[in-house]
Amino acid sequence: MDYLRPASLSEVFPALAAGARVLAGGTDVYPGQGARIAGPVVDLTALPGFRGITRDAGGLRIGACTRWTDLAEAALPPACAALQQAARQVGGRQIQNAGTLGGNLCNASPAADGVPPLLALEAEVELVSVTGPRRVPLSAFLLGPRKVDLRPGEVLAAVCVPQAALAGVSAFEKLGARAYLVISIAMAAVRLEVAGGAITRAAVSVGACGPVALRLAPVEAALVGPVQGAVDRARAADFSALSPIDDVRATAAYRRSAAVELVARAVGRCL
Amino acid sequence: MIRFRLNGKDVGVDAPGGERLSEVLRERLGARGTKVGCDAGDCGACTVLMDGRSVCACLVPVAQADGAEIVTVEGETPELLRLKDAFLRHGAAQCGICTPGMLIAGAELLVRTPRPSEAEAMEALGGVLCRCTGYRKILAAVCDATPAGATEAPPAGQAVGCAIARLDGAAKVAGDVFGADFAPEGALIVKAVRSPHAHAEFGFGDLAAWAARPGVAGVFTAADIPGRNAFSVIPPFADQPAIAASPARFRGECVALVAFEPGAEARLDGFPVSWTEIPPLLTPAEAEADGAPLLHPDRAANLLIEGRVQKGDAGAALAASAHVVEGRFTTQYVEHAYIEPEAGVAWMDGDTLVIRACTQAPGMDREDTALILGLPLERVRIIPSAVGGGFGSKLDISLQPLIGLVALKTGRPARMVYSRGESMASTTKRHPAEMTGRIGCDAQGRITGLDFEGRFNTGAYSSWGPTVANRVPVHVSGPYRTPHITARARAVHTHGPVSGAFRGFGVPQGALWQETLYDRLAGQAGLDRLEFRILNALRDGDASATGQVLQAVGIGPCLEALRPRWREALDWAAQAPGRGVGVASCWYGCGNTALPNPSTIRIGLTRAGDIVLHQGATDIGQGSNTVIAQIAADALGVPVHALRLLGGDTAITPDAGKTSASRQTYVSGKAAQKAGGSLRAALLRLANAGQGATLTLAPGKVTVTEGATRRVIDLATLPTDPRGYAVSAEETYDPPTTKLDANGQGTPYAVYGYGAQLVELSVDPALGTVTLHRITAAHDVGRAINPQLVTGQIEGGIAQGIGLALMEDYLSGRTENLHDYLIPTTGDVPPIDSLILEIPDPEGPFGAKGLGEHVLIPTAPAILNAIRHATGASLTRTPALPHRILAALEGRE
Ligand SMILES: Cc1cc2nc3c(=O)[nH]c(=O)nc-3n(C[C@H](O)[C@H](O)[C@H](O)COP(=O)(O)OP(=O)(O)OC[C@H]3O[C@@H](n4cnc5c(N)ncnc54)[C@H](O)[C@@H]3O)c2cc1C
Ligand code: FES
Ligand code: FES
Repeated sequence: MDYLRPASLSEVFPALAAGARVLAGGTDVYPGQGARIAGPVVDLTALPGFRGITRDAGGLRIGACTRWTDLAEAALPPACAALQQAARQVGGRQIQNAGTLGGNLCNASPAADGVPPLLALEAEVELVSVTGPRRVPLSAFLLGPRKVDLRPGEVLAAVCVPQAALAGVSAFEKLGARAYLVISIAMAAVRLEVAGGAITRAAVSVGACGPVALRLAPVEAALVGPVQGAVDRARAADFSALSPIDDVRATAAYRRSAAVELVARAVGRCL
Repeated sequence: MIRFRLNGKDVGVDAPGGERLSEVLRERLGARGTKVGCDAGDCGACTVLMDGRSVCACLVPVAQADGAEIVTVEGETPELLRLKDAFLRHGAAQCGICTPGMLIAGAELLVRTPRPSEAEAMEALGGVLCRCTGYRKILAAVCDATPAGATEAPPAGQAVGCAIARLDGAAKVAGDVFGADFAPEGALIVKAVRSPHAHAEFGFGDLAAWAARPGVAGVFTAADIPGRNAFSVIPPFADQPAIAASPARFRGECVALVAFEPGAEARLDGFPVSWTEIPPLLTPAEAEADGAPLLHPDRAANLLIEGRVQKGDAGAALAASAHVVEGRFTTQYVEHAYIEPEAGVAWMDGDTLVIRACTQAPGMDREDTALILGLPLERVRIIPSAVGGGFGSKLDISLQPLIGLVALKTGRPARMVYSRGESMASTTKRHPAEMTGRIGCDAQGRITGLDFEGRFNTGAYSSWGPTVANRVPVHVSGPYRTPHITARARAVHTHGPVSGAFRGFGVPQGALWQETLYDRLAGQAGLDRLEFRILNALRDGDASATGQVLQAVGIGPCLEALRPRWREALDWAAQAPGRGVGVASCWYGCGNTALPNPSTIRIGLTRAGDIVLHQGATDIGQGSNTVIAQIAADALGVPVHALRLLGGDTAITPDAGKTSASRQTYVSGKAAQKAGGSLRAALLRLANAGQGATLTLAPGKVTVTEGATRRVIDLATLPTDPRGYAVSAEETYDPPTTKLDANGQGTPYAVYGYGAQLVELSVDPALGTVTLHRITAAHDVGRAINPQLVTGQIEGGIAQGIGLALMEDYLSGRTENLHDYLIPTTGDVPPIDSLILEIPDPEGPFGAKGLGEHVLIPTAPAILNAIRHATGASLTRTPALPHRILAALEGRE
């Protein structure tokens, strides 16, 4: 069978063992292919439990094949605002209707818009194989451009956000050279927990400014403190962990300064 | 078997699950209303509804459609029907290639939100690219998709000036039949082997063995070309091979063809060709350096041509000027990025080679293809398909000789569809320009002299390089009185992509240099920037840089029409930091520069009483099918909707020349006016009636009424004339121009059009991003034959000007797709106010002037001038990407 679209997970593993490539929404896989993709292919989009968002005491579970549109339209806590804002800015409407969160993470583009919001949510990924599931923090799952910690025989089943990270509010800022359908020059997600006029916890991440998107601990540390002046503290913080490159979209120097500005704006929008 | 519902009907296909849904719809189910522009999710032309959600069919494995409800443009959901009607009413389809995708994306929105706001429509349609319309009419249509009563058709003699819906509109909203959409049974699939290098020697291995592989019907190289393997749009410069013999001179050049059997895997991997790279000359500076190798041995210093205009003594005038500014400006390679990649099919009809493909110039296609294939002209017939955008690039032949060769050699139909990457790599571009020079004025601000030197990267072959080199010096003064001028433009060969025609033939580049310098000069002279331009605007009776005394000059009125908005805009800009206002002008001579440029139009009355217009002016979306018909109908004196149109098929329609140089409304329109007038005169003669008589059509007869007298011409009693009609007329018009002398003096064009645009924008000081707020465009079109098509051209030209100014940058090998090569989306084009001025031209039909290219020229310089006004930063290079603006703000560029 060249193309398998199973309705049960147990059928996925033999296909993987036989060397099938994984397909979800296809929006990253199809560009650059001919009239059809060469098999064997295992398509995850008909698997039960792979699409949709559920919430329990432990937190949020987002199935790997959840579409961007599903995310954008879901009723989620304000901490997920950045993720929902990113969902509305991935490609255009058609890409949002087909592309999945799992595909975005597994494709591991440095400019993947789903990553910074999920890093700010302390997300973990749930990976499954014949031997059962394992959980890995998203930050450890992403190894580099187009490189993830996905072992042979494994697929990404879900993205999990722990309950503790669902506190506070978040915002996403994307910078591209046109209004829609644009790959980010740089983007940032910020999640803040505020109590009594002070930021008690901050999560800040920046994408497209290095091989993988990063949390920026020095910026987070600088943000903790009075709400007053937080935007300025963000601007003055240490962003040296970023390592952007020059490419057709922008220069490294520009990306570095834009990242600071995007973080500052996202902070401002959270407050 | 995969089963789904397609537009309400059950269908089943036996396709591999991983086949693209777009491929299944088009090639297995024959539903070719869904278009393919990129196969990568970047253009949205392939958008369909899957279970009510819009998706790019090119990214959907057909297996995922199993059991789904698919709706395409062929569907008739209530939302689609409302939208199709609204698109027609609003003139939202120009070429029509994006229309199916737009309609489907709109239909998804209307189900969710029956009365969307403009912002909602913008976001919903943000994933579908349109290169023609500038989106404004599309957004208006989606926001106004309520059924409207039928509009009244204009009566006889009143079509000109009327905003009738385009006559070919119904086909556009149904999903028109473009180059890739007609495939005769059993057609071979032709693929080109292309050079991956800018410059390389190459050799072939065992071609016979490759040709013997299963599924391969033939392999063809330069050695198989029976005729002259060299073409150019300007015959004396013929230098470009249809299939290159070693070496390849640019990346993307075709070196071999493979014809595959239908249904075979058409893959070129492992094709036996070996490459030896040779260092390429990538910039004009390298190409002009001492000792640089020559691309073409007969072109010393790699110079294709130099154009020049010399009037008075610019050096002395500048030396005596109160104020002089000096500056340089550099522009990039710009890709046409029409949404339809080149496509077509060729077959033999007896002895005649028939080619149905997208084109702007069927007559030239025919001549070039005949020469290359060694056929007499009569044995080549060109049938233009619907054209999904051209903007200059589809003037040059692309696949015509390639599919022609295969059909000729094999005797079988041969079909070819360029991939997006192939289209971008192998076809022409806008010339990158490096321009320097000085402009001066006296103490009162009156221009004294201008000195200009431009170097244009013309790429590997001639294409339209000579036209660009000649047009730029003629136009670089802008539409301003410039008593002393020296202007030179060199077109220099490199191993870059071939630069050719792109809306404006180099004039937009020249305007970027001149109009940005004008702002600095106005500042030095202490004058308001708009008033400075009004002061210097050419007026009736003034002489141009070529010494031509001009009439019906519309630039002054255009600039004056901007005055009220200019004052409001300056006030608006003063209210907040980062806001800016800019203005720039254009003028543009319509038709070939100082060369013959005839059009012929035929119109006939059948014995059954049908009026047939042989309309050979290719409609690439700009509207010639409608405009030429409006003109012909009024000249003849019948209702425009009574005309039946025949297209530019070279077997049935006389040559109306190419769709270029903003010439069709003026030149072919004038031929149509003459033809309509001649047919009218013939009918009046038959009825012995005078000029004031009215014609009434009925089956088989024409009633001629003059006062109380009526005469009926019984058409069935008339003999059939040599053209097959009861009565017919054919007229040719050629603009009265003269050759230019050695100093570029003479009358290069008979008609010019004029315009000026005002841009309001703001610049984000921290990110360097530009937000456009509003563009006001004043254009003198002489006579707006169809005002809706006029504003459609203005909005579309402005969108391309925005792309040129702010985002588009073609880098060979790096931005050969619509993912990295960015063109404006729905959200990038601000509201546009069009002010149409009508200063009738004595030469043009009903006073009309050309418009198609003018509209793009002022946009980019007006944007740069507004950026400078907003920030103080003078950019001297396009595109003004955010990082460049920021660098300029920080004084780093
Ligand atoms: C026009 C266009 C615009 C785009 N714009 C953006 C944008 O603005 N921002 C952005 O971030 N991205 C963008 N993308 C990229 C893409 O749409 C997203 O990354 C999308 O989320 C990918 O999801 P998918 O389901 O389509 O992935 P697929 O194409 O199906 O898969 C992508 C990769 O992930 C693997 N994979 C998928 N799911 C799993 C799984 N569950 N387990 C293991 N491996 C898996 C596949 O094998 C493949 O290697 C754009 C793409 C296009 C075509
Ligand atoms: S063809 Fe599918 S998006 Fe361009
Ligand atoms: S009308 Fe939209 S691309 Fe031509």
